[in-house]
Amino acid sequence: MDELLSLATKVAQEAEVFLVSYEETPVVFEANRLKQVQTRSGMSVALRIVRHGRIGLATSTRLDDRVSLVERAVEVSQFGATARFELPSQQTYPQVNVYDPAVEAFPVERMIELGEALISRVREHTPDLLCEASVTRSVTTLRILNSRGGQAGFQRSYFGLALEGNLIRDTDVLFVGDGESSSHLIEDTATVVATVTRQLDLAKRQASVSSGHMPVIFTPQGVVSALIAPLASAFNGRVVLQGASPLGHRRGEKVFDQRLSLKDDATVAQRPRSRPCDDEGVPSRATYLISNGVVGEFLYDLQTAGLAGTQSTGNGERGSGTVLPGPSISSLVFETGEPTFEELVQEMKEGLIVEQLMGASQTNVLGGDFSGNVLLGYKVETGEIVGRVKDTVVSGNVYQALGNLVGIGRHGRWVGAVFTPALCCQKLTVGSKT
Amino acid sequence: MYRDQIAEALQSHHADYVDIRLEESTATRIHYRGRDLEDISQPSSSGGNVRALVNGGWGFVSFNEPGDLREKVALAVRQANLVGKDTSHLAPVPPVVDRVEEVAAKDCRFLALADKKRLLDEYNEVIWSTPKVETSVLGYADKHRRVVFANSEGSYIEQGHSDISLRVTVVARDGGDVQQAGLSLGSRGDFGQIEGLHQQVKETAQRAVDLLAAPQAKAGEYCVVLDPVLAGVFTHEAFGHLSEADFTYENERLKEIMVLGRRFAAQHLNIVDGAAVPGLRGSYKYDDEGVPATTTYLIKEGVLVGRLHSRETAAKMGEPTTGNARAVDYRYPPIVRMTNTYIEPQGLSFQEIIADVKEGIYAKNWYGGTTSMEMFTFSAGEAYMIRNGRVAELLRPVVLTGNVFTTLKNIDAIGSDLDMNQGGGCGKGGQSPLPVSNGSPHIRIQRCLIGGR
Repeated sequence: MDELLSLATKVAQEAEVFLVSYEETPVVFEANRLKQVQTRSGMSVALRIVRHGRIGLATSTRLDDRVSLVERAVEVSQFGATARFELPSQQTYPQVNVYDPAVEAFPVERMIELGEALISRVREHTPDLLCEASVTRSVTTLRILNSRGGQAGFQRSYFGLALEGNLIRDTDVLFVGDGESSSHLIEDTATVVATVTRQLDLAKRQASVSSGHMPVIFTPQGVVSALIAPLASAFNGRVVLQGASPLGHRRGEKVFDQRLSLKDDATVAQRPRSRPCDDEGVPSRATYLISNGVVGEFLYDLQTAGLAGTQSTGNGERGSGTVLPGPSISSLVFETGEPTFEELVQEMKEGLIVEQLMGASQTNVLGGDFSGNVLLGYKVETGEIVGRVKDTVVSGNVYQALGNLVGIGRHGRWVGAVFTPALCCQKLTVGSKT
Repeated sequence: MYRDQIAEALQSHHADYVDIRLEESTATRIHYRGRDLEDISQPSSSGGNVRALVNGGWGFVSFNEPGDLREKVALAVRQANLVGKDTSHLAPVPPVVDRVEEVAAKDCRFLALADKKRLLDEYNEVIWSTPKVETSVLGYADKHRRVVFANSEGSYIEQGHSDISLRVTVVARDGGDVQQAGLSLGSRGDFGQIEGLHQQVKETAQRAVDLLAAPQAKAGEYCVVLDPVLAGVFTHEAFGHLSEADFTYENERLKEIMVLGRRFAAQHLNIVDGAAVPGLRGSYKYDDEGVPATTTYLIKEGVLVGRLHSRETAAKMGEPTTGNARAVDYRYPPIVRMTNTYIEPQGLSFQEIIADVKEGIYAKNWYGGTTSMEMFTFSAGEAYMIRNGRVAELLRPVVLTGNVFTTLKNIDAIGSDLDMNQGGGCGKGGQSPLPVSNGSPHIRIQRCLIGGR
């Protein structure tokens, strides 16, 4: 790394070497049985330079590619964007607990047992369920070195359990599923089992719904499947800078329900996207996106912040490691509310509960729209869940949907990198087969 | 990597089957956001994997540095041993030794970065000469891959080819109202196929602006006419994925539903998938298990007649191999995927298809799509009302959704104008984007569910 950096600084004003390596072991179950054990390892090195004021980037999967990396970065820099940042010098980083050595040491045999236990416990409830499941552990190591003396690095472990089951009757397919992840070991399948068996109970009966407008409760999984993509886009500093965010000119305005608060916070312990610093070596911090319904800050990397005349929020991410950093969400945390989930249901005269909205973000996400097929959802009539709905589409716009909420659930949970309670929207459009 | 080292590693095991795939790739990415060049890079990547099958269980090891390949084979075999409790099933395929180096008419591999950039600059110019455009995103990517495949049965295949994708997104804004229109293009390495599209780019930009004033469709069931691009996406999502045998081969219930000979649609519907159709993004000579590509009828005259297979699913279902096992790159094992999927043309003209539609929706262009066995959604980038047999006002993009078992039956008109859509890519099992193409003539579907206001 040091040699690559010193080679690059000979031809560039600024240079940065980013190195990420990973080893991932997924244990995969198909049709209720163990199917495959994988070990996937790899690394990627990225050289970013600023030469004659312009940005150049080259990436490789081999560190010994030094000369070629420098040459390619120089070639590309002729066309590159004008740099509007300085690489961070030596920083103080927060302590963020995202590494557990026990994950790396956890034997594959135990992972197999865990997956088998998960499937058998769910099938004790519904023997006909056909399950796909995975138990995954991985460790990622990241290092950054730059020509201003900046140095950063950390290790992050990941452990995940996931199960998806399908139950076919005639030509009707029911999908249920849940997952849990952490940077620590998860040796208890109870949480996933409880969610999936509850889904199976609620989906036992079928209910019908007619086209129209009605309140919709998104469970935490439902929130993630439908509402996060448009919000992640609207708070992305790059989208704001482009003028393509509906929130771009609305900082400080009350756009969302007064009870709604949301932060991006990479310092939350144990989460798969948490970290002491971002992919540019900028220290992690909490960024308040929505505070009591009011639009707060947007998310920035170094270059976008430079263009926008502000500071990086430590949200620079490189995706697969082969692209320049861009702003991206880390761990998102919604504040919880008052009513329990049961109370939200009890208050509902007629409406839907959505657990999974399939294809929700394949529409005008930039404008805040979502629209998808209810892959798993239930009908509520006079405060009771009466059964599962099918052939139903739910559409809306996040600014309308989250502008005035019926309520925010008291209990939140993590769904991947998002902590959210259930959210109950007042009125969304529901379309259904007649 | 030398051929004898691979051969030696393949012999060093005690497994039912082992294969090795080694890959080198070079790519170009050019990304514009608005007028600014946001990202331009030429990543290179190399790596490989070993797959082992023991008693029906698979082990898989991927890496950047092959090092001592025998150790990688040993690890994969150890893993497979942990898994396998049964018997291995692999459809027999004669070993193949071959070398295929595809060179496209104007292969992106031999073009200078500046030439690629120049075309994007021209398209950007077209976009920015459209009044009221707020911003745009142009994403160009090309990749040249060279893959060596060898297995313990004696196959040794080298294949090289290029792939290109280009996505143009134009954004228009009026206060808090943000609308976007897009265009997705691609080719199997031929840069010529993405050149000269200035008019299409211009129309896309204009449509983004026009969408600001367009109404949204009311949610509900409609008679829907799909253009070739969107009908291709529909074919891919609504039926193609369900034809992938890895969903079916160990699912007894689904096997009953997907039994060959079952009628899915009226007599006029033929759906085909095949990598043997040349020159498209999903074309190749051998798949990632070294199985020769084929052209497979999935639906013939409305009846299910075939499905897509890997060697394992073909063996377990007692059906012929189709050469559809594909991996997005060396980091993943091959899984059953589509290649070029399309509805065969029939006799109707577009005018005849819309003539007796009193009130319906004409949905065009690709935005996205996804599926979960019976249910699918796909979204149009462009939509119009059809009133009294005529294409009427522009609508905001619509999301269409349905249930495969009813929707295919509801196709009641198929046009004559087959066109292949080469834009986008397919995602499955965490492997994305895989180059595919899909296509269709114009088709009409009765009672299709649409999300809206």
